Amino acid sequence: MTGRLMAIVRKEFIHILRDPRTLMVSFVMPLIMLVLLGVAATTDVRNMPLAVWDQDKSAASRQLIEAYGAADYFKLAYDADSGAQIEQLITTGEAQAGLTIPPNFGADLAAGRSVEVRLVIDGSDPTLAQTALAAATQLGQAQSVRVVTERLATKGQAGAFTMPIAVQAQVWYNPDLRSAYYMVPALIGIIMMFQCVVLTSTAIVRERERGTIEQLIVTPVRSSELLLGKLAPYVLLGFLDTLEILVLGVLLFGVPIAGSVPLLLACAALFLITPLGIGLLISTVSKSQQEAMLLSLFFLLPNIFLSGFFFPIAAMPTWLQAITYAFPLRYFLTIVRGIILKGAGVTELLPAILATAVYGLVVMTIATRRFHKRLD
Amino acid sequence: MAEPAIAVRNLTKRFGTFTAVDAVSFEVARGEVVGYLGPNGSGKTTTIRMLLGLLRPTSGSAVVLGHDVAREPEWVRLRSGYMSQKFALYEDLTVLENLRFYGAVYGLSGSRLAQRSAEMLAMVGLDVHRDVRAGSLAGGWRQRLAMAIALVHEPPLLFLDEPTSGVDPEARRAFWDIIYGLADGGTTVFVTTHYMDEAEHCGRLGIMSGGHLLAMDTPTRLRESVAGDPWNITAPGANLAELLDRLEALPGVSHAGLLGDQVHLITAPGTHAAASLGAAAAPGAGAVADGIAVERVEATLEDVFAVLTTAPGGTPKEVAA
Repeated sequence: MTGRLMAIVRKEFIHILRDPRTLMVSFVMPLIMLVLLGVAATTDVRNMPLAVWDQDKSAASRQLIEAYGAADYFKLAYDADSGAQIEQLITTGEAQAGLTIPPNFGADLAAGRSVEVRLVIDGSDPTLAQTALAAATQLGQAQSVRVVTERLATKGQAGAFTMPIAVQAQVWYNPDLRSAYYMVPALIGIIMMFQCVVLTSTAIVRERERGTIEQLIVTPVRSSELLLGKLAPYVLLGFLDTLEILVLGVLLFGVPIAGSVPLLLACAALFLITPLGIGLLISTVSKSQQEAMLLSLFFLLPNIFLSGFFFPIAAMPTWLQAITYAFPLRYFLTIVRGIILKGAGVTELLPAILATAVYGLVVMTIATRRFHKRLD
Repeated sequence: MAEPAIAVRNLTKRFGTFTAVDAVSFEVARGEVVGYLGPNGSGKTTTIRMLLGLLRPTSGSAVVLGHDVAREPEWVRLRSGYMSQKFALYEDLTVLENLRFYGAVYGLSGSRLAQRSAEMLAMVGLDVHRDVRAGSLAGGWRQRLAMAIALVHEPPLLFLDEPTSGVDPEARRAFWDIIYGLADGGTTVFVTTHYMDEAEHCGRLGIMSGGHLLAMDTPTRLRESVAGDPWNITAPGANLAELLDRLEALPGVSHAGLLGDQVHLITAPGTHAAASLGAAAAPGAGAVADGIAVERVEATLEDVFAVLTTAPGGTPKEVAA
């Protein structure tokens, strides 16, 4: 009967509206996470401090240093005068990389000999180190090509040297390689999952803790009405959060939405079933709100790490990749990133959509079966 | 109406190795006010929960209003009102919101819901507090709200689990007035309590101890069933503990306890007279001290409880407050 269902929905809304802290957390948390992940947790590497020990101080060495300084990746931070100083700057973290140019750099180059330039990189942060390594190598090669071209020119063979293979690389979907574009859509999934699992599990456990569940199940209310009524407000909350993140993502970070927003919302609705079901499942086994909270985290953390949110699934060992299929967030991240970044449609995303639907159906079925109108 | 409101046969509930309710059988007629007296942990709440289908009986059967609870819990629930021990209210909802919520969950709507809510608030005297949050109500008012909630759908059967615990005497009296009013209107009331004085209000009374239903009868007949002579002995200036020990050691004393500044005794029928007890109570042998009074009294429900829970060996078991 709809009267009973509506009574429960209304009651849940009153609970939410009269609990300003929960309400605030559910709207402020997305904002904070958005800013944190969009700005601070960026993996874009720019302006790494570089220490240089130029023992040559020739026109050629200055040219090399300038080439490093001109690239976005490095900024010339320190002029060192010994190998020990470079070492110290890197150890203290003041410099991320140290470049040592030998005394006879310019002379050797002029004489047509090969010169070794030493670059030390702080490898403690692999992301930074990899970018620094790639950038430094590339810069060195570019300089080498320039030197070879100049040499040929002085021998009257200008234009005789061209690179045999020229790679014309094009980056699609996120041409500037901004990590915010990649993170913000995924955040929709993380927030929805977080909110729904934690809020639904505690909403039901709270009734058990306070003894109201006994009064409630002794009424003729049906399990389905009780569950639907309790979950409905959190569906709405999850949706509002989704919209909040989308709007803020566009306004604050200029995330371009390539695909269909209605499709995105429809997929979000489908995905919501899973965290709601998990929350429900947790509530059937937890005796206190703390227990529900801990179980929620126990479920959420591996989801965050194994969904491809932080760490690319493709970079994981094969056995771990297989395990990622067990985590529902993985599928939804494929969907949101696909729609927002690539403009993908139902056809491209069908496997992920089906997986999301099946996951939700299974979890919800188990959860509702476990929920009895009994105390034992 | 020959069919009883509640018919329980060999109802048993075990939690692991602990037997909370052990083969309990009784019947409650329609319109009766039946009390269930016993200390905490004696199986009162577990019995009620089985009668409402909240717990599954390990064995035995419970038929409520002619319907088997195990098979048709919803049928029974729709026709039962329940007030649980904790007065389980939503503290962030107002009095009226709590009441309307439960009314709606029981299937009331529109003007009927509004009318019943108003009636209930008036009945328990909460109309002036209708917009107060339940969480800020004092104990006695919470209890009234819980009562109103239990009655909002006009159930013919009402289960009250320790409805007056933590409530002041005046509120308890008002509460029992409501119960009598309901019983006059034909509502069957099943109420648990551990207050002896409150138990006297019930038409019939079941005595629970350790999961066993020891007896169920009217308070009067229960008192009459006490085999023995109850006495109250006053000895001004005496050391009560020492006096109690001395009297308890007398032959024929089946039960002894303190009742205020008196010693309360039950002796085997005809084994003692006032004079012999008075002599025994005197500090020196043979001398009847001044002021010692021995009074033959009526058995109380406490005596009933004490006698029923005293094992044949003579060691008193757990006794209610």
